[in-house]
Amino acid sequence: MTSTVHPADAGTAQAGPPLRPRPSTEPSRRKSGGNRRIRPGRIALGAIGVGVSLIWVFPVYWMLNSSLLPNVVLQSTTPTWLPFGGSLDNFVAVFSGGTFLPALGMSTAIALITVAFCLFFAFLGALAISRFRFRGRKAFVLAVLLIQMLPAEGLFIAQYKLMGSLNMLNSIVGVSIIYIAAVVPFTIWMLRGFVAGVPADLEEAGMIDGLSRTQAFMRITFPLLAPGLVASGVYAFLQAWNEFTVALVLLQDTSSQTLPLWLRGFIQASASRATDWGQVMAASTMVAIPVIIFFLFVQGRMTSGLVSGAVKG
Amino acid sequence: MTTQNLVLGQADPPRQARPRKRGNTTPYLLVIPACGILILALGYPLVWQFVTSMQRFGLSQQFGQPPEFVWFDNYVTLFTDPYMWTVVARSLAFCLVTAAVTMAIGTLMALLMNAVHTSVRITLQISMLLAWAMPVVAAMTVWNWLIDWRRGVLNSVLTGMGLDFQNHNWLADPLSFFFVAMVIVVWMSVPFVAFSIFAGLTQVSTEVLEAAQLDGATLSQRLRFIIVPIIRPVLAIILLLQVIWDLRVFTQIRLLQDVGSIASETNLLGTYIYQLGVGSSDFAMASAVSIFVLVLTVALSWFYVRSMLKEDES
Repeated sequence: MTSTVHPADAGTAQAGPPLRPRPSTEPSRRKSGGNRRIRPGRIALGAIGVGVSLIWVFPVYWMLNSSLLPNVVLQSTTPTWLPFGGSLDNFVAVFSGGTFLPALGMSTAIALITVAFCLFFAFLGALAISRFRFRGRKAFVLAVLLIQMLPAEGLFIAQYKLMGSLNMLNSIVGVSIIYIAAVVPFTIWMLRGFVAGVPADLEEAGMIDGLSRTQAFMRITFPLLAPGLVASGVYAFLQAWNEFTVALVLLQDTSSQTLPLWLRGFIQASASRATDWGQVMAASTMVAIPVIIFFLFVQGRMTSGLVSGAVKG
Repeated sequence: MTTQNLVLGQADPPRQARPRKRGNTTPYLLVIPACGILILALGYPLVWQFVTSMQRFGLSQQFGQPPEFVWFDNYVTLFTDPYMWTVVARSLAFCLVTAAVTMAIGTLMALLMNAVHTSVRITLQISMLLAWAMPVVAAMTVWNWLIDWRRGVLNSVLTGMGLDFQNHNWLADPLSFFFVAMVIVVWMSVPFVAFSIFAGLTQVSTEVLEAAQLDGATLSQRLRFIIVPIIRPVLAIILLLQVIWDLRVFTQIRLLQDVGSIASETNLLGTYIYQLGVGSSDFAMASAVSIFVLVLTVALSWFYVRSMLKEDES
């Protein structure tokens, strides 16, 4: 598809393996006489690589580790590096705390509304810019790209006043409206690549075989677009699920908190009194796990979508 | 689903007649929903903000007094206020330093990923993906726990190494506060940079590199004359995105401020707007700063948008 970072100039590589341009040791050894690659160097690099991996993943590991340990252990001055003798007590405590479930419901509702509307709107928009050439198309594309760069911090005061005047502060709908608008531009951009990747000829072939245009679309194009819709939907979900800034401004009532705001409550509390860090880490883990799982789905697509312009030059 | 069918059903006749008919309404119908929501949630606030930034709009207007139109008075007040310049300078410094450090570490990580054995590379990729996937607020709670002055693991490790970090508060001093914020932002942003540059590196043809090596080019020469020119466009875009993203850093700063530091000494542009608008209800000044941030972002984004437009045309 258009936005993947395939080696565009693979044509220059004559007979070599076209898919893996990574240095394979075998041919290089043959060409350079076998003594160019020094093994100790590679081992040292490998050790550095493993060390860096450990450092990078440490905060995530520490979250899981602490979430399994009882508060008594966490309060000692020497850190406990492995969660031996740990339990799920912290998770149970957070669950039965009474504030987690409402926040979970709030976040889920907002995220699902955002995904549904965002996908629908973005799909139509992507269809328009990739299948039609119309007056104002360029302006629309430009607007989509520019809006995507606008920082929430530059607009949240005005959005706060808007929702205040619509009587939609502390409401699911109010936040969802802002989220849909914030996510739609990038989703259009992402889906555009997918829609353009499905050749219109394929639909026309179906129509020659007797399908109506709608049928051809539903039976041929739509299934081919499914991966794109899933990826964009997951992207929209993650954005809505993780968003903090707008939620902080629009949802000031403690009874209408999303999960990020709920987590923030723990951080604030830790400033004034001794915190049960085990429970906070259990809470963080519960917020993070669905995100990490979903994120692995869309990561490749997101990266290439952001920099594809540069790669293709 | 049904609505979708309906709209697409409408798409039938004009699309088939497209070659002959120029005035086609279908694409306009298709962009209406997207445009509608953008105008409601972004367009209207933008206009309101622009108007408000030229009014006197404070607490008394909250209680019904009509705002007074003062043209550019707010901007004059803003740009003659030394505190505003402190915040601007602080934001720019934080943004540039963080972006530079992120780029440097990200590039090194990409080169490392390119050089090591596949198994090590996958280990690196997995740990960076995990860091990247963490929701910002969850990551902030973890970092707050790591650097907690009473029981944080960082202090106990440093104390264990014989340094005096018992009960050291990392957030008390503004400089140390920003250092912590930078480390956190770098930790979160390096994976994107490293993955993108790595993707660019895989495009550098091995044959060319080997030919250069046979001709006697050293590693630094190969890096300078072959690899960097090929991945330069990727580097430029990523650097630009980092600068834009680091300029508007809000969540991390806000959540570190929560744990205890004097807000006025650690405000960046985002938190300053928040303090003006939500904290002291001075919507006019908050709007003026917001407009300033928006103008700055749009100016910076322009190159990025242009390169993406180029892609759209191809």
